[in-house]
Amino acid sequence: MEEFLRILTLSVGEILAPTTAAYAMAAIGLNLHFGYTGLLNMGQAGFMLLGAYGFGITLTLGGPIWLALLIAIAAGVVFALILGMPTLQLRGDYLAIVTISAAEIVRWFGRSTLWQEWTGGASGLQGRYYKDPFHALSPLPEGRWALGPLEYINTGSDSWFTRIFAWGLVALVLLFVWLITRSPWGRVLKGIREDEDAVRALGKNVYSYKLQALVIGGAIGALGGVIYAIPLAISPDAMGRTMTFFVWTVLLLGGAATVFGPVLGAVVFFTAYMFMRTGMRAVSENTGVGEFISSTNVEQIGGMLVGITLMCLVIFRPQGILGNKKELAFNVR
Amino acid sequence: MSAEHTATVTTPSDLETVAATPGAAKPNPILVADHVVRRFGGMTAVDVDHLEVQEGVITALIGPNGAGKTTFFNLLTGFDTPNTGQWSFQGRSLTGKGGAAVAKAGVVRTFQLTKALSRLTVLQNMLLASPTNPGEKLGLSWLPFVWKKHEAEATEKAMEILSRFKLDAKASDYAGSLSGGQRKLLEMARALMTDPTMIMLDEPMAGVNPALVQSLLGHVQALRDEGTTVLFVEHDMHAVRHISDWVVVMAEGRIVAEGPPSTVMKDQAVVDAYLGAHHDTDLGDDSLLDPEVLARLEAEEENR
Repeated sequence: MEEFLRILTLSVGEILAPTTAAYAMAAIGLNLHFGYTGLLNMGQAGFMLLGAYGFGITLTLGGPIWLALLIAIAAGVVFALILGMPTLQLRGDYLAIVTISAAEIVRWFGRSTLWQEWTGGASGLQGRYYKDPFHALSPLPEGRWALGPLEYINTGSDSWFTRIFAWGLVALVLLFVWLITRSPWGRVLKGIREDEDAVRALGKNVYSYKLQALVIGGAIGALGGVIYAIPLAISPDAMGRTMTFFVWTVLLLGGAATVFGPVLGAVVFFTAYMFMRTGMRAVSENTGVGEFISSTNVEQIGGMLVGITLMCLVIFRPQGILGNKKELAFNVR
Repeated sequence: MSAEHTATVTTPSDLETVAATPGAAKPNPILVADHVVRRFGGMTAVDVDHLEVQEGVITALIGPNGAGKTTFFNLLTGFDTPNTGQWSFQGRSLTGKGGAAVAKAGVVRTFQLTKALSRLTVLQNMLLASPTNPGEKLGLSWLPFVWKKHEAEATEKAMEILSRFKLDAKASDYAGSLSGGQRKLLEMARALMTDPTMIMLDEPMAGVNPALVQSLLGHVQALRDEGTTVLFVEHDMHAVRHISDWVVVMAEGRIVAEGPPSTVMKDQAVVDAYLGAHHDTDLGDDSLLDPEVLARLEAEEENR
């Protein structure tokens, strides 16, 4: 029973975890790409990694925090422009290929020793280089604080301040995305998602709209990378293809083309993911199941189950939790 | 819109003086195309020397399958790029302009395979077409007070057009739930939202049930009576004869004949295009086995 409570507490802790906020943020950006505009971005982790580097390197070099955030956003914008300008004139599939390979290029570049003095090479940038200026911003008093079973220090890596900052940023971006997608501008994006030739025939510059969506979604992805890096470290290998597929799972779970889908998706996903892994580990260690599934395999099985969840979502409930079934019904052949 | 074009009012009767020859000059051409050539590999899909489309009338573009009508349409509306050629609309060149620029110039098209935006409601489909909506600029989109007024006016106009097309009851339904014929109507209604100077319809009657065809024809005629120039591709000869003021016939990428609908179908070139030049040659005729006769027929075919 005590063990079960511990597992439950760990899972509930994921609701507010900074990593959950980071994925929610990245999924909000991907939602603008895929949910509203129909752009297949298979390299959201590349945007996140660039944002994290921009933020971390600026702070490491002694820049102020507002500049670090601006540079993170700028990194996402420039990456989106480089990827989008040559490919958005082509059919949608090309963007998918280009983004997935570009994200890998960014990761390999970060791993290499080319700019090692700034990126830290394969071992990445450790948090202690850039966390101090961030923690200095905290208005919270010293000490710890508990919300029910959840107790964290006020200021630090895994702290209340990190959580407040992360979710505050998510809330701001969510408000912004809600405002722009409910407008006529958002309606043009949805039109492009349905049929870009039809929108072009009505006199709209489709290319420019797609580029705008890619840039904004990419900048939001970069901010997701910032949130991801704040409580942890920046390591290129942690922000690769797996991260991209987790973001996709989060988005499709919550419901693409809905405002709150990415946030709900991230919360549900990480709570369930934590519950599944800790639960499996406990079962494996304490019962006879351990003979078949050793606790060292729990992570791997967890990863496989995420893949299966993603497949099942796409096949059986493509509209996710919040999506409108009626709206989706016309897209099913 | 230039002054000289608004000043002159053209009527279908102006075409009475026009010679029924391919590439004939019109008294008041709104669209002029020259030497438009489009090749796909070794195949020449479109090779139009000269075409003038009269302003304010309904011009039908007909021809057998594979004549290059839709390709020509795509070229003129910026959805395809020609190998050579230039064309102008209201005296301004549209050569090399993209689809959006052509639409902004006042030429709005519809598609052979209807492009209703399925996961948008019928009303949203209409509002999307409203030109110069300030809320469609990213910088202003998050400030609703900037675009609320335009939006309200556009909604009023959209509902008025929808009621004309008997789609007003469907305004809040998803466009994907409409029938094929209703989608054709919606596409035409949506095109009207842009206040086009000229509307180009690619097979507007295809797949529409006969009862709806009648009302579609009525809408097209009403458009002309309001001063919009109409160019449409159609296979339904009844529809062509019924509403068009002028007919242009294409075959094998070229314009082979032009004329009023009552007489153009009797043109020898048109009969040849549709039925083949030797449709009255008896295949059981022994003379066809004579290599000399065969060679002569082939030479005739090539020189045609």
